[in-house]
Amino acid sequence: MEVALEDNNLMEKVLPPDEQEIDVELEAKEKKYLRGEGANLESLKDKKLKTQLASREKLYGKSAKAAAKIEKWLLPASAGYLETEGLEKTWRIKQTDIAKEVRETVRDVAFLHNDQFFAAAQKKYSYIYARDGTELHCLKERGPVARLRFLKNHFLLASINKIGQLHYQDVTYGDMVASIRTGKGRTDVMEVNPYNGVVALGHSGGTVTMWKPTSQAPLVQMQCHPGPVSAVAFHPNGHLMATSGKERKVKIWDLRKFEEVQTIHGFHAKTLSFSQKGLLAAGTGSFVQVLGDSSGGGGGYSRYMSHSMVKGYQVEKVMFRPYEDVLGIGHSMGWSSVLIPGSGEPNFDSWVANPFETSKQRREKEVHLLLDKLPPETIMLDPSKIGAMRPSRRKERPTRGEIEVEKEVAIEAAKSVEMKKKTKGRNKPSKRTKKKKELVENAKKTFPELEHSNIAGKKRRIGEDAAAELPASLKRFARKN
Amino acid sequence: MRIKTISRSVDEFTRERSQDLQRVFHNFDPSLRPMEKAVEYQRALTAAKLEKIFARPFVGAMDGHRDGISCMAKNPNYLKGIFSASMDGDIRLWDIATRRTVCQFPGHQGAVRGLTVSTDGNVLVSCGTDCNVRLWSVPRPSLEDSDLSSEKSTEVVHCLFFLITLYSLVLLFILITSFFLSQPSAVYTCKNALLAVDHQFEGDLFATAGAQLDIWNHNRSQPVQSFTSGSHSVISVRFNPGEPDILATSSGDNHISIYDIRMSSAARKILMRTKTNSIAWNPMEPMNFTAANEDGNCYSFDGRKNEEAKCVHKDHVSAVMDIDFSPTGREFVTGSYDRSVRIFPYNGGHSREIYHTKRMQRVFCVKYSSDATYVISGSDDTNLRLWKAKASEQLGVILPREQKKHEYNEAVKNRYKHLPEIKRIVRHRHLPKPIYKAKAESRAMNDAKRRKDERRKAHSAPGTVVTESHRTRRIIKEVE
Repeated sequence: MEVALEDNNLMEKVLPPDEQEIDVELEAKEKKYLRGEGANLESLKDKKLKTQLASREKLYGKSAKAAAKIEKWLLPASAGYLETEGLEKTWRIKQTDIAKEVRETVRDVAFLHNDQFFAAAQKKYSYIYARDGTELHCLKERGPVARLRFLKNHFLLASINKIGQLHYQDVTYGDMVASIRTGKGRTDVMEVNPYNGVVALGHSGGTVTMWKPTSQAPLVQMQCHPGPVSAVAFHPNGHLMATSGKERKVKIWDLRKFEEVQTIHGFHAKTLSFSQKGLLAAGTGSFVQVLGDSSGGGGGYSRYMSHSMVKGYQVEKVMFRPYEDVLGIGHSMGWSSVLIPGSGEPNFDSWVANPFETSKQRREKEVHLLLDKLPPETIMLDPSKIGAMRPSRRKERPTRGEIEVEKEVAIEAAKSVEMKKKTKGRNKPSKRTKKKKELVENAKKTFPELEHSNIAGKKRRIGEDAAAELPASLKRFARKN
Repeated sequence: MRIKTISRSVDEFTRERSQDLQRVFHNFDPSLRPMEKAVEYQRALTAAKLEKIFARPFVGAMDGHRDGISCMAKNPNYLKGIFSASMDGDIRLWDIATRRTVCQFPGHQGAVRGLTVSTDGNVLVSCGTDCNVRLWSVPRPSLEDSDLSSEKSTEVVHCLFFLITLYSLVLLFILITSFFLSQPSAVYTCKNALLAVDHQFEGDLFATAGAQLDIWNHNRSQPVQSFTSGSHSVISVRFNPGEPDILATSSGDNHISIYDIRMSSAARKILMRTKTNSIAWNPMEPMNFTAANEDGNCYSFDGRKNEEAKCVHKDHVSAVMDIDFSPTGREFVTGSYDRSVRIFPYNGGHSREIYHTKRMQRVFCVKYSSDATYVISGSDDTNLRLWKAKASEQLGVILPREQKKHEYNEAVKNRYKHLPEIKRIVRHRHLPKPIYKAKAESRAMNDAKRRKDERRKAHSAPGTVVTESHRTRRIIKEVE
């Protein structure tokens, strides 16, 4: 009996080994939450106070235990660490080793209407952040996005994803305005024309297509290059577009006539950007070239300035800073900026864009921008058409001569139809001629107006002739016109 | 090698002290403003919608008369007051700001048919169906105007309390509100009932219309001059604001006559198909006048050339009873038998605004206030109604920035008001059902008539059927 009791006692005390470990851990954490030793209650003489304090100490113990458990099971994040294996030393580990495992790829970033908000196209979804980095929205509908652009006047966030779907979302109330299947496959090249709000995509077949949110088919399709299009850029006046292809040419197009204005040979530009004053920056490898327009219209782009970076740096994106003579270069090692005199607009208008705006002015501007928000239906190739006169759409009736010519052509066509040779005794000549006559009659029937006017003309002619023949006394009964 | 880049120093572009205004820089280059037309269109749409939201034209009603109101008169020297007379002989002077009666002029036995004020604002002339012309002296308005009337009212209240203690509160209220009973300074009688009166703009003469046209002097008890024309009575008379000796009258046999007092007979006469109820001269172009006709149209004429009307203003469905021009000369207001008040542009064929209420019955007289802000209508239901001339106008003192914004909204709305979405909003007015139905019917009738005329013309020999223009259609001939 004693042995059994002893056995029982032993059984109670022996726990499975992992639970023992957890217990030890929890106790260690509890100590942190207990905030020091409990009070010494022995020295108290007052019994009531003693019992009250004792119950409170018990509560402290319970809450500390609960907090320890919460810390163990409920807190989501765990601290970072860096552990080495074998002969590795921690001080040899580089940033790139860490980056591949922890950080997420961000494919594109776009500011919204203010500098207070920006959208980032991350690995799986796109997110909208406030200026200090707090995440505001997760845009799940689009899926993984390759490029993001913001249409400022319409408050539309446009994006293109890996399967070639174009999404437009209104950021004021979050509705997806349009999702268009381009049907041309995956593309990385998307730019917005600031003049009319049209989105241009460059495809791997060398075509550039232009889209608006209200139609499922592209507005314009241009075959620009024999190979894939690497970059597209728009001149701020809306008339010029620069595209670059893998065959080492940069072409300048006039968008009013959709014609090529100039070709620049020699380098494969990975990125293109126009400045406010019309200078074109092209980045290839570790070399950035800036071209300036000698003629006004856009045909005379020639070398203006160039900048070469350290050999190892690969230029990813160039972008001119508005209202400043600065060109920003994003490359594989980071970001740098160079001075390009004459690229920015020196005089800014405070109501359009104020680099020195106060927070009050910024808030007022936001409200006014929202009041002037344009509906997505106003995106069109030529935005100055609103309020213009519509050209008269009256269909001009074809003249008599034209109708007759058409009739002759139709009759000729009917006559020259090859008749099928029938067998088994059905190929009688009488039947064949009858059939041919029917065809010619049918062709004539489609021109009924001529018939009537012919008849009327005949009547009139008869009347006139008859009047001439009548004796003088009967002339009053002739049909007068 | 010379190089210059853009460099902006912060002090040049921001303000020095916080008491200064913020600095604003302008660059009107259109390439900085993409899609400006679309933005302007959006602003025009918003402006049109806002205008409709703020459109509250009715300011108030002045009641007090016991019978329908027959005529009104403006005091050229005093902006706040208006005289009105009713069909039972009650003439009152109203203070428009408080919408209360300031003074009453009792005395007429029958309906008062005409009211006018002399140009210096001292003499009120009234005439009525009791064959009397009465001249009253207008109480001079002073700075303590409203205070004075309230003082007087409290005095009389005490008196009344002593005398009548059993009467109901309602009677007391009526007695309190109407004071200042005046005596006429002169009463002249004629043989026949008088239908209209008007005062010369510069001078001492006034003209009355009745069985004949009479020219009176203030101090003479008999007319100075008389014009007789046929057997029909003269219905309305109006002096020209530019030429002091010229006046226009309309008579019951569908004539409009222009008289020069210095001559003995009519200078011009136009015969129309229906009679003209009222005439108003354009204060800014005194050779033009507009006649309010019984067939629902208003005809603008050039006083010198009467073969055809300059413009026909068509929108009323029933007889137009009264017409008054705005002091700017750009608009006029008409009141019609079809219970509506319309405001027309001086050269436009259709009204820009219509005012109506369920309670307002046949409108017999309208006046445009002398500051071109208000329109006053007097109607059959014994009320004078005060309306805003521009329905969505903000009254009171407007800050210069607000004023600029209003002007911008007006301008941008006018630029795009022909585009369908905006036109629909700007044009929209709610019409009372009888007027709506009557207009639809008249449209159908006119379409049918026009179609038939066109076909008749197409099937006849060219040149035999001549379409008359609207400007001459209702004029039968010019006499003299």
